[in-house]
Amino acid sequence: MSLRKPSKEQPENFEFNSVSLEAAKTIIAKYPEGKQQSAVMALLYMAQKQNSNWIPLAAMKYIGKFLDMPYIKVYEVATFYSMYNLAPVGKHFIQVCTTTPCMLRGAYKLVEACKEKISKNESELSEDKNCSWIEVECLGACVNAPMMQINDDYYEDLNKEKTLKILDKILSGETPKPGSYRGRVNNEPENNRKTLMDLKNA
Amino acid sequence: MLKDEDRIFQNLYNDNGSDVESSKKRGDWINTKDLIDKGRDWIISEVKTSELRGRGGAGFPTGLKWSFAPKEVGSRPHYLVINGDESEPGTCKDRDILRFEPHKLIEGCLIAAYAVQAHVCYIYIRGEYFLDGEKLQSAIDEAYQKNLIGKNASGTGWDLDIYIHYGAGAYICGEETALLESIEGKKGQPRLKPPFPALIGLYGCPTIINNVETIAVIPTVLRRGGKWFATLGRAKNTGTKIFCISGNVNNPCNVEEEMSISLKELIQVHAGGVIGGWENLQAVIPGGSSMPLIPKKKCETLTMDFDALMAEKSGLGTAGIVVINKDQDIIKCMARIARFYKHESCGQCTPCREGTGWMWRMLERMSKGEASRDEVDMLGDVTNQIAGHTICAFGEGSSWPVQGLLRHFKKEIEKRNNFNPTFNVDKEIPYLVDQHLLDKKDV
Repeated sequence: MSLRKPSKEQPENFEFNSVSLEAAKTIIAKYPEGKQQSAVMALLYMAQKQNSNWIPLAAMKYIGKFLDMPYIKVYEVATFYSMYNLAPVGKHFIQVCTTTPCMLRGAYKLVEACKEKISKNESELSEDKNCSWIEVECLGACVNAPMMQINDDYYEDLNKEKTLKILDKILSGETPKPGSYRGRVNNEPENNRKTLMDLKNA
Repeated sequence: MLKDEDRIFQNLYNDNGSDVESSKKRGDWINTKDLIDKGRDWIISEVKTSELRGRGGAGFPTGLKWSFAPKEVGSRPHYLVINGDESEPGTCKDRDILRFEPHKLIEGCLIAAYAVQAHVCYIYIRGEYFLDGEKLQSAIDEAYQKNLIGKNASGTGWDLDIYIHYGAGAYICGEETALLESIEGKKGQPRLKPPFPALIGLYGCPTIINNVETIAVIPTVLRRGGKWFATLGRAKNTGTKIFCISGNVNNPCNVEEEMSISLKELIQVHAGGVIGGWENLQAVIPGGSSMPLIPKKKCETLTMDFDALMAEKSGLGTAGIVVINKDQDIIKCMARIARFYKHESCGQCTPCREGTGWMWRMLERMSKGEASRDEVDMLGDVTNQIAGHTICAFGEGSSWPVQGLLRHFKKEIEKRNNFNPTFNVDKEIPYLVDQHLLDKKDV
């Protein structure tokens, strides 16, 4: 089990803005009547998006009231799932997968690149306070290993040089193109495709 | 090699788009109404004939699972839940279905929901696949627009609503009861079984849970007939399967192949061979990280299906093949997998919560050669204390890879960790962690 602690510095208040409120209503409508608690995960995620990528305790209290459920239940959920950031992270939040399939293909070189470009330790903000990185467990793109996720985008088929370039772009405020960085199409065997050739050539 | 026309996922590499029109060209949604008009019993018996086994890892016969749903809808509604919480290291097949073949999945949902009499279907997608989930959502919107799902879906008279529920980075939510807890807005901690979800599941109502790939093959199975599906592969291990080949191969890829294909063919033909040549192969994890690894000498003749791998004391699992060549330190690889399980244990059962950490720390030390000779057997002990002593299968999933390592690479570990225990009974260390060393006289 991973240990997760809320940040020591917490804002006083949190409230959904009008866009989030609208979205929250459609999400609650997905679930049967009286089961609005089901929406807690989606709402926490929205709170995280709204509050520059992390969830303050005030947001948990707010969501608890919003869904008519005890604060502790929201807190439980927020601390259980690893995608909820309980302390400030960078606006560009970089997650490097280092589980075995990625490790076999050199994921720790990507970690080195992050250490060089962003910060020495994980979960530490970069000098311009815009980026942070962490090591995460399998992100489910194993045939495109090694890979990393920056906010919602997957960057695949990397090596150290390519990672350094991507991080440079991120640090200078650009958004690099997501997807494979060896130019291959999705998950096909690169230069070795033997199936569904008629479709490919059609 | 499987013939192209027998491949179910024609758009696995997104050659012609995933929208509804191009999906229709591939045969989706063509005669959904006719299939459903043949009735529940026909659908379930056809799925039974096909001998389709669940693609999520456990390999439970799908037709049988559906027949567990109550025959009559009582006071509680039925639910269909699709498990797309694909987090097993080595596996990335469901992602491709979500983004490139969403209409196969949606059509499968309609047929399955009809078969188990559900009007609401939740698709649980892991939070990291947010963008792939968005693609599925736009496909669902398209389907609503064309009245393929919704009220009187596809003109069948059956109402079906499909909703996506995102996870948030918990591997354990791939376990079906943990997934239900997660949809209910709680921590993803598995429930005790029985009662099984087919009777008491989501919100206490009868619920059928299937993997994304299982549901996505259903329309094709029904169209081409259960018999056709059963001719592929071998008895009890029928049909096609998406294999994900990752690790030290020249061309890591996803490929749909016939069940019972030989492992060597998959690696050599589709994945372009092992880096450094076949001789450089050290071991293969055949079905996602929870399955025990298989050393090279057995890989020569291995066939990839549920029963053949079971006979090798491993399993097909999710068919995520991780190839490890001789340039890698096998103990380190397994220590990293142990770290994964330590991180992902939900913390509900003590043997798993504590044991996964023990295994990780012991393997880390063993990879550095800092463990004593006795500890190798002790590690085996620890795995046996976890497996079978937990609520869900995570206990087995976390200890099997370690057991596999011990089964096949014990000599390697012993060679590296070959000194006597440093603790001495006479010294009477009061807070000795490894208590059981005290029991041995020769220590």
